[in-house]
Amino acid sequence: MNGIILNSLAGREKLLGPFREHNEQLTSAWKHWQLKLDEHKIAWLLFDCEDSDVNVLSQAVLEELDEIVMTLQVDKPAALVIRSAKQSNFCVGADIKEFGQLDSVEAAHEKLEAAHGIANRLADLPFTTVAIVHGHCFGGGLELALCCDYRIGVTGSRYGFPEILLGLHPGLGGTARSLALLNPVDAMTLMLTGKNLRDKQAKRQGLIDALVPERHLENALAAAIEGKLSHKKHGLTFKLLNSAPARKLLAKKMRQQAQKKAPPQHYPAPNQLIDLWLTHGSDTQAMLHAEIDSFCQLLVSDTSRNLVRVFFLQENLKKQAKTGTSITPAQHVHVIGAGAMGGDIAGWCALQGLTVTLFDMKAEIIGKAVARTAKLCDKKHLSPAEKRAVLDRLIPDLTHSGARHADIVIEAVPEKIEIKRQVYSQVEPLLKDGAILATNTSSIPLDDLQQELQDPSRLVGLHFFNPVSQMQLLEIVRHSKLSDITYHTALAFAGQIKRLPTPVTGTPGFLVNRALTPYLLEAMVLMDEGVAPETIDRAAEKFGMPMGPVELADIVGLDICMGVAEMLNAGLEQPMPAVPQWLTDKVEKGDVGKKSGKGLYVWEKGKAKKSANVASGPDNLTDRLLLPMLNTCMACLREGVIDDADLLDGAMIFGTGFAPFRGGPMHYSQSRGYMAIKAELETLAEQHGERYTPDAGWSTEVQ
Amino acid sequence: MSPTTKAAERARPVYLVDGARTPFIKARGKPGPFSPVDLAVQSGRALLQRHALPSNAFDQVILGCVNVIASEMNPARIAALRLGLSETTPAFTMQINCGSGMQSIDTAYRYIREGRQDLVLAGGTEALSHAPLMLTPHATQWLAELGLARSLPAKLKQLSSFKLNYLKPVLSLKLGLTDPVVELNMGQTAEVVANLFNISRQEADEYAVASHLRLHRAQEEGWLNNEVVPLFAPDGSVFSEDDGVRPDSAVEKLAKLRPVFERPYGKVTAGNSSQITDGASWLMLASEEALEKHQLTPIAQIKDSEWSGLEPEIMGLGPAVSAGRLALRNKMTLDDIDLLELNEAFAAQVLGCLKAWNDPDFCQAVFNSDQVLGQFDTDKLNIDGGAISMGHPVGTSGNRIVLHLMNALKRNNLKRGIATQCIGGGQAGAMLIELV
Repeated sequence: MNGIILNSLAGREKLLGPFREHNEQLTSAWKHWQLKLDEHKIAWLLFDCEDSDVNVLSQAVLEELDEIVMTLQVDKPAALVIRSAKQSNFCVGADIKEFGQLDSVEAAHEKLEAAHGIANRLADLPFTTVAIVHGHCFGGGLELALCCDYRIGVTGSRYGFPEILLGLHPGLGGTARSLALLNPVDAMTLMLTGKNLRDKQAKRQGLIDALVPERHLENALAAAIEGKLSHKKHGLTFKLLNSAPARKLLAKKMRQQAQKKAPPQHYPAPNQLIDLWLTHGSDTQAMLHAEIDSFCQLLVSDTSRNLVRVFFLQENLKKQAKTGTSITPAQHVHVIGAGAMGGDIAGWCALQGLTVTLFDMKAEIIGKAVARTAKLCDKKHLSPAEKRAVLDRLIPDLTHSGARHADIVIEAVPEKIEIKRQVYSQVEPLLKDGAILATNTSSIPLDDLQQELQDPSRLVGLHFFNPVSQMQLLEIVRHSKLSDITYHTALAFAGQIKRLPTPVTGTPGFLVNRALTPYLLEAMVLMDEGVAPETIDRAAEKFGMPMGPVELADIVGLDICMGVAEMLNAGLEQPMPAVPQWLTDKVEKGDVGKKSGKGLYVWEKGKAKKSANVASGPDNLTDRLLLPMLNTCMACLREGVIDDADLLDGAMIFGTGFAPFRGGPMHYSQSRGYMAIKAELETLAEQHGERYTPDAGWSTEVQ
Repeated sequence: MSPTTKAAERARPVYLVDGARTPFIKARGKPGPFSPVDLAVQSGRALLQRHALPSNAFDQVILGCVNVIASEMNPARIAALRLGLSETTPAFTMQINCGSGMQSIDTAYRYIREGRQDLVLAGGTEALSHAPLMLTPHATQWLAELGLARSLPAKLKQLSSFKLNYLKPVLSLKLGLTDPVVELNMGQTAEVVANLFNISRQEADEYAVASHLRLHRAQEEGWLNNEVVPLFAPDGSVFSEDDGVRPDSAVEKLAKLRPVFERPYGKVTAGNSSQITDGASWLMLASEEALEKHQLTPIAQIKDSEWSGLEPEIMGLGPAVSAGRLALRNKMTLDDIDLLELNEAFAAQVLGCLKAWNDPDFCQAVFNSDQVLGQFDTDKLNIDGGAISMGHPVGTSGNRIVLHLMNALKRNNLKRGIATQCIGGGQAGAMLIELV
C-alpha cells in the first residue's frame, strides 16, 4: 500500500498531554527530558535523548532525572506521567558503553548506589506516577517504568530484561521490583532467559496494568490517575511461591534449567540471580541492596566483559550495512533454487516484508519451502493475517518471471560451477537495470563464477548460514570485478533483512567455512586415533562451543564437509589433515549425518545418540581441536580475507557460535598471548605433523 | 441493438492482454485448502509477475464470485489488497450466478470502451468446497427462541422442545443449485432440455468421454502450461493440474452410473454433468493507451458481447440464444466461428444448444428467422475439454472460457471465437473475441 492519506495524518494520534505540538522548539532546562504541567496540574515528563532515535539510560540521563525528581518533590504536581518522545521505543536500556568505564567493583558500586538513590526517590514520590510505554521497553528502561505506580502499555509494546545476555542481571532495582510485582516464576523467567514479553503476555502477567491502543490512552490515563485502574491481583499461590521452602525447590529447578543453556563455570549471572531471590525473596528492601553488590561483581567479570564485547562486535557488524551511499531498499528478491538454503532464504526475505519470487524446476520442492515458511511464521507468533501476507508475498515461480522485476537475484543452486554458470546465462539477460546478482555459494571462488558473465561487476556473494532464520551472519563475498554499487547494495540488503554483514574475500571457503573445516577434520583424525566422539564433543562443549565438532559435522552433513575440505585442499596451500578413507566410504554409503539418520552418530528423532560414560581424552585434546581453527583465523587475518580482528571475532561468534564469553577466537588468542599460541602450535606440529605449523601472522600481527 | 451505431463507432477498442487461472480442484466432501480469495490471489500474483506494472497501474479490479464466504465480504477488494495492488484502486465483486466470471470481463470491457478506464483486472473465483452447511429454518427459530428465553423454566421448556433433526444441516450448495422460481434443480433443467431435443443417454455419455479425453490430451501436450498456474497450500501440497480429469473415461463405464437428479428414468448422471470444483481465473483488459503506456502486447480484442434471458426451466439453452444473436449481429454464420467455448454445465444442455441452432421452431422463436443457423462442427467446440472434465466453479467458469478461447485461438492460429455459458435462473452470456 502507498499509504498516501494515512501518511498525511501521521503523528496525530500520539498522546503528548501539554506537549501537543511536539515539533515546536521547547526551551528545556534539560537535554534529555522535557517537563510541563497540563491544565489539570498533571506533570508530563517527556523522555527524549538528545541526538538519538532511541532512549538510553545513560549517566547524564539519570543525573537530569534526579534534578527533575527533586524539583517535583518540592513543587508537587497532581500526578506524573512519563512517556517517551521517540517513535518506536520507551527506552532500550542502560548505556552499555559506560559499563567499560567502570573498572573496579568499588567504582561500579559508587555509581550504582547513586543510581539506586534516584530510582528510589522516583518510586517514593508522594503522588500518582504513571509510565506510558510504547515500543521497546528493555533493561534499565523497564526498571524505570517499574518505579512508577502504574504502567500503561500501548499495543505493540515489548518488554524484557536482556541483562543476562551480557552476563549480568538487572541492576537498577529491577530484580526486587519485578519480583514484588509478578509471580516469581514469571519474573525469574523474564530475567533468566532475557526473552522479550509481547504486549498481551505483559498484561497477563501483570507487568503492565492496562494495555490499550494509542487512541484510548487518554481515558486509560485518567482511570489510572483517578485510582480506577487496579494492579493484577495475585492470589495465594503468589505468596506460597515466594515462601522460603518453595523458593528452595524452585531455585533448584531454575539452576538445572539455566545450566543447560549457560554452564555456571562460564556464566555466573544466572546462579547469582537465583541466589538473590533465594536469600531475599521475602524482603524487597534487602534485595534492592543485595542487587547492587551482586551486579557489581558480575560487571567486572571476564564473562560479562566479553559478552559486552560481543554486543559491540554485533553493533560493529550492523554498522557494515550502513555504507554512507544512499541505497534504495530492495522490494523484490528473486531466489533461484528452493532447496534447504534457497527455500529458507526466500522464506526469511518474505518474512522481512519483501516480495519474493522463488524459482525451482520442481513445484514440489517449492511446496516444501512454502510449508517451512508457514512453520516459521507460526514459530514467530505471527497473527493469521500476518502469516497469510508472508505466504502471499512468497510467490512460487516456475519460469523465472520474477527475475525481471527483482532488485536482487539470489542463486542457491547446487555447488557445481557448470550448473551455476548455466543459471547465470539464463537469468542475467533478464535482470533489470541496477539489479544485482548474488550467489549463495559456500565454496566456489567468485573469481571463477564471474568469468562468463556479461557484466561481472553486478555479481556478489551472499553466503547465508544454516538454519537461515537463526544464523545472523551473512558473509558478503567480494571478487576482483565487483563494483562499489553492487557491494554497497549487498551490504545494505543484509541490514534490510536483519542479518549481520561481514565483508570477506572470495578466496576458497571465505572465512567461516575455511576456519571451521580444520577443526572438524581434526575431530576425525582424533576419532582415527581412537578417541570417542563423545569425548571430543565434550571437550569442545566444555570450552564453550554450543556443540561439539563431531555432532556439528553430522548436522552440516558429512558430504558437504567433505566437499568443502576437498575444495579447500585444492585451492589453498594451507596444510590440512587428509580426509580419512572411512569417511569417504561412509559418504558413499549414504551415511551422511543427521539428514540420513546415520553419520558419525546414529540420529533418532533429530537427536544424536551419545553414550553417557566416556573415557577422558588426551590432555591436550581441547588445544588439538581448537588451535587449527585459531591458526586458520590468523591466516585469514594476515591474508586479508577479512579486514580486522573484531570483524573476524564477530563473524566466528555469529556464524559458528564460537564460545561468546571468550570474546571471539582472536580475542581469546590475545588473552592467551599470540606467542603462547605460537609455541603451543609448534609443540603440536612436532607431535602431530606439519598441519599445526604456526601461521606467520602470530609473529607479525600487532596484538 | 446494433454495434454499428455512431456511439459504437466512436468506442475505443478493448484488448485482452493476458490471463491465468488456478487448476480446478475437485471438492472432496470437505472444505478444500483454499478460500475464494486464496484462489484469486494465487492465480493473480503469478499473472502480475509476468508484467512489469506499478502497483497503481490498474484502474479497477472486478471479480465474479457466487458463494462469498463470511470472512471474505467483497472478495475483489481483499484479493486486490493481498495482491499488493494500490489501496487507491477500487474493487468490486459481481454476481450473476454462473455468468459472474464473464460479467466481470464484460463490465471491464464496457468501462474501457467508453473511455472511463484504461487497465482493468477482471476475474472470477469460487470455492464450492467451502459452501457452508446451514441450519434448517426450524432449527434457527428454535435457537433464537432459546436465546430469548430469560428465566430458567422458560429455558428448560425451550430446551425440551429440541428435535434431533435440528442437527441435520442444509447444504447451501444444494440450495444454490436449485431454481426457486420453477423449483427445479439445475440437473432437472438439463433433463427438460434432453427431452425437448431428444438427446439420448448414449449421446450425453459420449460427449462426456470426449471432454475428458480432450482435456487429458491438452494437459499431456502442455497446452495449458501458460494458462494454469499451480496452487501451493501452506502445508506444502501442490496442485498443478485440473484433478477431475479421467483419462480412462469410457462410454461403457459411464453407462453404469445411475441418474442423480431424476431417478430412475432420467438421463443426467454425475458422469455427464460438470464437476463441483474450486478455482479462480483472471484476465487483464487494456485500452490502446494502456498498451502503450505499459508496453503491453495484446493477444486478442473483444469485439462484442450479448446477454439474454429465457425460461428458467430451460436455462441450459441460453448459450444458443446469446451466442446465436451475437453471431447474427456480427454478420457471422456458424462456419465463421473458428472456435466455440460453450460451458459444459451438462452434456445434455451442450448438445441441446447445438440441436437448437438446427431447429426451425427454436430459430423462428429466438432469431425471428425462417432459416436455421445450421449444424455446428463439433471439432471446433470445446476443443480442450470443459466443465465436465475439469469442473465448474460457478463464478469462475465464464472467465475461464474466455481465457481459454483466447489461448486456443492463438495456439491454432485462428481468428475469431465465441465463449458462452448458460446461467442458472434462465440467462446466458456470450462474448466474441478476435485475435490481434
